[in-house]
Amino acid sequence: MRRTSLTRRAARGAAIGALIAAGAFSVPALAQDSVYFANNAYRTGPFSGSGIPIGDGMRDYITMINERDGGVNGVKIVYEECETGYDTKKSIECYEQAKAKGTIIYSPWSTGATLAAIPRAHVDKIPILSMAYGLSASADGNTFPWVFIPPLTYWDGASVMVRHMANELGGMDKLKGKKLGLIHLDAPFGKEPIPILENLAKKYGFEVKLYPVAAADMQNQGSLWLSIRRDRPDYLYNQGWGAMNPTAVKEAVKNGFPINKLVGVWWAGGDDDARAGGAEAKGYKSLNFNAAGTNFPVIQDIIKHVVDKGKSLAPKDKVGENLYNRGVYNSMLVVEAIRNAQKITGKKVVTGEDMRRGLEALNITEARLKEIGMEGFASPVKITCSDHSGHLKAYVAEWDGTKWTKGSDWMDPLKEEVRPVIEANAKDYAEKNAGWPKRTEACDTPS
Amino acid sequence: MGTLYAIFVDPFMQMGSAPDLLVQTLWEGLVAGVLYALIALGFVLIFKASGVFNFAQGIMVVFAALTLVGLYEKGVPAWIAVFLTLGVMFLLAVTIERVVLRPLVNQPDIILFMATFGITYFLIGFGESLFGGNPKQMIAGELGLPRGAVEVKMLGGFVAFQKIDIAAAVIASAMIAGLAVFFQYTRIGRALRAVADSHKAALSVGISLNQIWVIVWFAAGIVALVTGIMWGARSDVSFALEIVALKALPVLILGGFTSVPGAIVGGLLIGVGEKLGEFYWGPLIGGGIESWLAYFIALAFLLFRPQGLFGDKIIERI
Repeated sequence: MRRTSLTRRAARGAAIGALIAAGAFSVPALAQDSVYFANNAYRTGPFSGSGIPIGDGMRDYITMINERDGGVNGVKIVYEECETGYDTKKSIECYEQAKAKGTIIYSPWSTGATLAAIPRAHVDKIPILSMAYGLSASADGNTFPWVFIPPLTYWDGASVMVRHMANELGGMDKLKGKKLGLIHLDAPFGKEPIPILENLAKKYGFEVKLYPVAAADMQNQGSLWLSIRRDRPDYLYNQGWGAMNPTAVKEAVKNGFPINKLVGVWWAGGDDDARAGGAEAKGYKSLNFNAAGTNFPVIQDIIKHVVDKGKSLAPKDKVGENLYNRGVYNSMLVVEAIRNAQKITGKKVVTGEDMRRGLEALNITEARLKEIGMEGFASPVKITCSDHSGHLKAYVAEWDGTKWTKGSDWMDPLKEEVRPVIEANAKDYAEKNAGWPKRTEACDTPS
Repeated sequence: MGTLYAIFVDPFMQMGSAPDLLVQTLWEGLVAGVLYALIALGFVLIFKASGVFNFAQGIMVVFAALTLVGLYEKGVPAWIAVFLTLGVMFLLAVTIERVVLRPLVNQPDIILFMATFGITYFLIGFGESLFGGNPKQMIAGELGLPRGAVEVKMLGGFVAFQKIDIAAAVIASAMIAGLAVFFQYTRIGRALRAVADSHKAALSVGISLNQIWVIVWFAAGIVALVTGIMWGARSDVSFALEIVALKALPVLILGGFTSVPGAIVGGLLIGVGEKLGEFYWGPLIGGGIESWLAYFIALAFLLFRPQGLFGDKIIERI
């Protein structure tokens, strides 16, 4: 009797062990005509306020492509999220899982996670899409053939901020003697724009004041805003994320800083970020490279094929918010890259190596944007073998008290200033990382 | 020479040249300090009653605030939502006592401490399942909390007193005073202090340990709710608030883990110290020193008074 019980227990233990092992190493059941796309997400933790709408937008666009079109040229996209909580250590686990499951592209969704993945991806031959985040120097495709950072880098963003200041002040020559404050998360993401801002400050004669915010003090910015009151910067650029953004907007309102002189990087442009400041936040600005709102065929199709069918995780009133649409834009880049990879290789089911080629020859024209229901939603995207960003246009979005509106024309980054710094930093990265591989990948389009 | 000047002279010159900013910094420090003291009080209450450092106090702040806002979003009027949230915090206290603490009686303190980690991660997961991860706006206006600022011209400049900060300081102070009186002068308070002195002696005179634990966890829940409302009104209500609650750790190091006055004085010292440090000395090393300066102040203090400001000096024979 006792032996039977022990045997049963052992058998049960073995079965549980087998299940755990199977779970840990399982590969999603892929239909023959499907590709696997792993996306890091953070629906939990201090940064979930920004992570959730983006994750929803990404997920819903892919679902819409599968539901409406049956996938990309008949190839369904198996989309999976890996929860990181914006933790770089967890993101590495997610990367390894994605690799094991054969992802065709890796979407890190944090600058720290991107930095950790870059060396791995060049060995594993998995393309990284760090859309408008990550290592700015990775825009140099000659050094980083496996990293893509469209439509622009943080350095481009900082230069657009400088251009915006100059436009308001009446010209680049009017920047002399002005003071630009940079409020930034004290993390790799937050520090990214510092080198280019310091370069531009030297060239145009303005001063940069830094206001770092530790992750532990994202909601405790009292001292920082006292320093801002003392230093009286003419403009503030907020390189913030998660809970840091609504607090910054609230503090600006509370401290009487002119709200129209506070401009966030595109990641500080969440609807919840601006809403936190109440009525006084009207006029808060954020850089942007996608439109907000639902008045686009692509968003209408998402509502029809995904949201109304109960297949979205987003509440309907959140669909079309700025960060939601940002997620849609990111997934659009992935889908267009798959389509391009299919065209270049002649294969239906593409691999990571095919995707790299698809991304490197990505050319989304105005006409193509119209075809996919995104006319006026974003500016055209063109990536080349040497330029993995495109350094494309951005605009300044303005909060009107209830929603984001277009507050300026599309502006080009100061590419002539940014590009040499990118190339110099890419070279520096390769030198500092001994054994960094020389590019051997062929180029499908002339750069 | 220049460095010495920047450290020992220039900050004081700045204080003299812009005294209004000094007053503003002190005010910001005091408000933050009162709120830190309130959070620290939640830790002290539980530590006094059970010898457990309650790591879950931070997530209790988030959980209470999210419950309040969540109920309001479901259509419950604001003040009824406050009372229902208090009910939820009471149920939480009872559950923790029954499910976690009671089975662990007589276990080493470290086991109970680790159990509070378990409570933390359970509440994070449970809270995210119930309320989602999206940040929510605190219903400050609906609860009658004021907006706007009072600007007082003084010392050649002005000092802005945010009405919400004044309200936070007043409410937190009243709460601290109320709890201090409750535990000092009521029967339950005396029972709590008896438990804090010796569990066995308290049991021998008929004090119910289980009842006391429920009461202190509920009191810590009330403190968590008030902290969540006040801090949520200053930023928003999200899981990031849990990190703010950890600001109470240096306060506890400074004030002592068992002292209510220590939590208050420690909170104020840390609040004022970190704001002055960040504002006047932070720029010397690139700013952003606030997050570790509080620990530095507390640890430096321990060199001279290892038991904290008001903590009990424990002498054990070896």
